[in-house]
Amino acid sequence: MLARMRYWGLATTAMLLCCSSSVFAEETAAPAAAPAFDTGNIAWMLTSSALVLMMTAPGLALFYGGLVRKKNILSVFMQCLFLMGLMSVIWAVYGYSLSFGGESPYIGNFDHVLMKGVLPSEPGVWPAQGTTGIPKALFMAFQGMFFIITPALICGAFAERMKFSTMCVFMILWGTFVYCPIAHWVWADFGWLCEWNTAAPYRAIDFAGGTVVHITSGVSALVCCLIMGKRLGFGQEPMPPHNLTYTAVGAAMLWMGWFGFNGGSAVGSNALAVSGMVSTHFAAAAGLITWAGLEWIQRGKASVLGACSGAVAGLVLITPGSGTVTAMWAMVLAVIGTCVCYWACTTLKSKMKYDDSLDAFGVHGVGGITGALLTGVFATEMVTNPGRKLGGIDGNWAQLVPQAVSVAAAIGIAVVGTTVILKILDATMGLRVTQDDEVQGLDVTQHGEEGYIFY
Amino acid sequence: MKKIEAIIRHFKLEEVKDALTQAGAHGMTVTEVRGFGRQKGQKEQYRGAEYVVDFLPKVKLEVIVSDSDKAKIVDTILMTARTGQIGDGKIFISHVSESIRIRTGESDESSI
Repeated sequence: MLARMRYWGLATTAMLLCCSSSVFAEETAAPAAAPAFDTGNIAWMLTSSALVLMMTAPGLALFYGGLVRKKNILSVFMQCLFLMGLMSVIWAVYGYSLSFGGESPYIGNFDHVLMKGVLPSEPGVWPAQGTTGIPKALFMAFQGMFFIITPALICGAFAERMKFSTMCVFMILWGTFVYCPIAHWVWADFGWLCEWNTAAPYRAIDFAGGTVVHITSGVSALVCCLIMGKRLGFGQEPMPPHNLTYTAVGAAMLWMGWFGFNGGSAVGSNALAVSGMVSTHFAAAAGLITWAGLEWIQRGKASVLGACSGAVAGLVLITPGSGTVTAMWAMVLAVIGTCVCYWACTTLKSKMKYDDSLDAFGVHGVGGITGALLTGVFATEMVTNPGRKLGGIDGNWAQLVPQAVSVAAAIGIAVVGTTVILKILDATMGLRVTQDDEVQGLDVTQHGEEGYIFY
Repeated sequence: MKKIEAIIRHFKLEEVKDALTQAGAHGMTVTEVRGFGRQKGQKEQYRGAEYVVDFLPKVKLEVIVSDSDKAKIVDTILMTARTGQIGDGKIFISHVSESIRIRTGESDESSI
């Protein structure tokens, strides 16, 4: 994120400053002026922030909600909605600071606790976000939307059986000890995996969150369903999706919201944002027809759920590379990656016999890992980095090393963090609802409401 | 009075309704139901997970008629709801001991 734009932006700015200072040094000692904001960049980032929020609810809520049984529809909506509240507050209090504050390569600090240095400290003077031309507050809000959707994605793995109270505590701890560190490693200027940090040992390309969002959430999802166990009756009684219409609507909203997720990760209204959006769109399209096509060939019918899953897989796959992979290669990347996700959701899951209720691991975990690695292959200087050989197709196969390291780091922190948190919560609060409650459904037992009441 | 309950296919509903109205039925009640008989269920697949769905969607139609109209109404349903394939449904007939129109309090045959 910020990626090349900031990297080159800083370089050019520095060069300009050098030239101008040598020429005009005698004339003026320029006073520290209020930062100049770029209205175009601000407009796009405001739009993107709204789009990313929409991905969680109604997008993901509908997508996941349609896949559960009808006695649990509200519990899924509530998980998404409640996280919009909970994670936002944490982000404001310390999450942003822990992710983006300070100069350590490993973890943020508390410089921006309670939005210090983010909101105006003098009347009307908004701190700027580097050289991006947008206020820091907007950058913080945009990043905050990622802090909501990432934990929300995990909900797919433990849907229909986790205690709501435990989920809330789990998400607070997970956000603090898994998300904030890895966001710092990959996206903060001094992070040890940060692409535009020239001092970083491994400069991994993760434009919009392949590792930070999808690998962490997807792998944590797998850990969750392994530790928590299967839903009651899994494998014995049918658990088909109760309303695929919701799922289809949700998938379409995710697709649209993703334009903000990836396009907004340019942190500006520029060619990088265009790449983010265009590559994203065509990857989703290629993913959709790949998954549906595989079903068509293998099982005789192209299903709606298959089309939705393929589109989301394509979106996940292109996320890390949407700022460096051209749209044509994005489609190739999505076709390859969607085959892997398809295999994970059908063959792998049934062989390993874990109950990842809504395939959070199969789509986000596997897609995130595959996408991050393939980014090392398909990233190219053509997008916004003339002269800088990026991926395998540029001849720089060595980029696969930092990509692999970032994947391993994301898997590592997700596995360790999620396991420790869940074990502690299992011993203190308990992870699952009682068997009776699970049979009756989480809507009534956790929230005291029903999703469908007809008079 | 008799109650005639017919479980029929969704797409036959309009045809059956029109025929029954022409045959002199004054009203009817329709419910969406699920169930199975000889037709058995259908196979469905969701991301590779295969389910046999035993209960198929059907429409249940209820008509209350006078004893003398019974044969005509049953014949009409048989004629219109039939496709000849397994899954056309069934008709159940039972005795109705009383019926009352709520608005006027009229009872029995004048109320149907």
